[in-house]
Parts: sequence; structure tokens; C-alpha cells
Amino acid sequence: MPKNARAVRDWPLWEIFIRSDHGLAHKHVGSLHAADATMALQNARDVYTRRNEGTSIWVVRAADITASVPAERGAFFDPAEDKVYRHPTFFTVPEGVKHL
Amino acid sequence: MYTQMVDVEAAGAASDEQRRFDEKLDRGVTIEPKDWMPEAYRKTLVRQISQHAHSEIVGMLPEGNWITRAPSLERKLILLAKVQDEAGHGLYLYSAAETLGVARDELTEALLSGRAKYSSIFNYPTLTWADVGAIGWLVDGAAIINQIPLTRCSYGPYARAMTRICKEESFHQRQGFDVMVKLCAGTAPQKAMAQDALDRWWWPAVMMFGPPDSASPNSEQSMHWKIKLFSNDELRQRFIDQTAPQADALGLVIPDCELRWNEARGHYDFGAVDWDEFYRVVRGDGPCNRDRLRARVDAWEEGAWVREAALAHAEKRTRRA
Repeated sequence: MPKNARAVRDWPLWEIFIRSDHGLAHKHVGSLHAADATMALQNARDVYTRRNEGTSIWVVRAADITASVPAERGAFFDPAEDKVYRHPTFFTVPEGVKHL
Repeated sequence: MYTQMVDVEAAGAASDEQRRFDEKLDRGVTIEPKDWMPEAYRKTLVRQISQHAHSEIVGMLPEGNWITRAPSLERKLILLAKVQDEAGHGLYLYSAAETLGVARDELTEALLSGRAKYSSIFNYPTLTWADVGAIGWLVDGAAIINQIPLTRCSYGPYARAMTRICKEESFHQRQGFDVMVKLCAGTAPQKAMAQDALDRWWWPAVMMFGPPDSASPNSEQSMHWKIKLFSNDELRQRFIDQTAPQADALGLVIPDCELRWNEARGHYDFGAVDWDEFYRVVRGDGPCNRDRLRARVDAWEEGAWVREAALAHAEKRTRRA
């Protein structure tokens, strides 16, 4: 291993979210390392928007994100499973009735 | 090694987690970073994705060699953009590898110490401007054929990185072909330069798909895991079938006297690949192996003070905030 390689810790990891100009919400596109938020924004611009993919960038330290646990997916999302009446197609509309 | 691995897994009854994992593979559901996965799957992916990332980064060197000597300002701007894309591809892939729980530092260390491999094509020198054309046309062309199936691979972050990369590779291949078109329409020495580049890059490009299926021991497991979707030989054949007519269009001759269309097979037949050369370059004895590694080590060492200073600055500002 070359000298210095271990001397410095990795720069923190940032998750990158980009909004395109098509009216969509910010969308996760990947991650990168940067020393601070300003550098993360500049690097995100160079890494993820070289072809005008975005008009707005959010950067969030990966360590600051709390995510749901994949192993608990079943129980966690269970409350939504048995409420089919939340979908409009659950209800039968009498024939001939319009604009419902 | 593959046989051994399968034996170990077959010995223990499959766990519930293993069954859920296999079921996802069967249903074509992607595996995501925090999902349970077999350790061998994770390790294989780390190796495959990081080798791919290293290839993008080392791949900047042969082309970077021509940025200052591009024949026009337009060509220089295009080549700069292309080489910058390669850096971007390396970064997408490193970040995909990091989702598997490996630190960027470890990946860099593996490359710089010579433990990690990268595509051996980048251990060949770029002697003339035509080599920039040949790399875009052949090397990026081969890369596209390799990578398009990977946009459907089982590991989500890898598949998504490949989707971005494939979109950008088309520009790379076209700019290379365009360089060749211009040279082939030029003076006799210019056309000879294009032919010379094809002569030198053809076989290394054909080797990019890896050893023949008969000598590719890990392929079967990788195909089961859906991190490899076609065999080396299938992809190689596809590359040759696509590229031969392109060489005809340029009026160049592919340096393989056995290359000819086989009507019955619906494919081109081609000559034997010199696999000894391939293994020699993989082992470290290609024309530029030492140069390439030296360049990466120098860049890393000379950049150490910048990485250190940026971090110190960020920490100082945090303290004062």
C-alpha cells in the first residue's frame, strides 16, 4: 500500500437527490463522498447532472437517513394490506351513472 | 472454487432467508442493499462491481494521453467530456459497491496495491490519434454489449448504475466511430493510421469478453445469481457480428483471415484467440501494466494533502458553527 493512503479518513458519504424539470419530486440517484455539503453539491452536479438531468439537487449525509427495516417489511406494511376499500374500484357503480 | 462453494451450500439445509432470496431471483425481484443475501453473492458482487469501477478509472489514462494533442479544439472538448464521463462511471460503480458494506478506501487500496484487477484492455498503449477512435468504436462498443444485459441484473444498485452508464456509452462509441470515419475519408496515410489502430485493438477488444466458456469456472454460479446474463462466448459472438459490417462500412480490414459470414449459423466465424496473450496481460505483463498502476498511485499520493486539507477545513467550520 502506498504511503499516505491510510493517513486520511474517507470523506463522509452523501446521498444525492435530483429533481428534473418535468414536475417530478426529487429522486434518489446515488451517492458520493465529499468533505462538506458545499463540495457534495458541486460533486453531485458534476457526477449526476452532466446532461441536464436536473434543476435542483439535495444532498443528505448518508448517516442521517433512517430507513425502514427490510426484514420487518411484512409487519410494517401490514396495516395497508386489508383495506381494499381505499381503492375506488372496490365500489360498484350502478350502470349508467357517470362522473363518479 | 465454484464446485467447492456449491458443495458447502448444498451441505446445510437452505435457511428461510436463503429460500426467500432464491424466490426473489426466480420472480425477477431486485435484491436491495439491506436485504439478506448469501455471503458468496455479496463477495462476488463486490469483486465484479469494483473491478468494473477500477476499469473505468484506469480507462481514463490511455485516452487522457491524447487530450492535449487532439487534432482540433472540437475533438479536444469532446474527448474531455468523454474522459469525464469515464470518471463519472467509476463513481457510480464505486457507490454501488459501497452499498454492499465495503468502504471506498478498501477498494482504492485493492487497486493501488495491485490486488484488484481491471479490464486488461487498458494495459495497451495509445500510440496515435486513431487509437482514440478505435477505443471508442471497439472498446466502448464491446463494453456496451457487456453492460446492456447488466441493466437487468439482480442487484438493484448495480442495475441502476448500469442503466445510467449505458445511456452515456452510446456517445462514446459514436464519437470513436466518427473519428474513424473522418480518418478513413482522409488521405492515404490517415486511412493507414486507422487500419493500424484496428490491427492493434481488434484482438484485445475480442478478449474483453473474458476467457472462453469452457475456461470460465465462475460463470455458472453468476448466471444462477443473475449477475451475468449471457456467457462470454455469446457476447463475443454478438460483438463480432455487429462490428464486422461496421469495419466494411469504413473500408477497413479486420485482422483475422478466418473471419467470414456463415450463412448456416447466421453468425460470423472467426479465428482462434491468443489466450496466452490475454493471461499474460492479466497477470501484469502487458505493455503498460506498470505505467497504469504507477499513474494511479502517483495521483493518490499527490492528492493526499488535498483530501486532508478539505476534511480539516470542513471540521473547523463545523466546530465554529
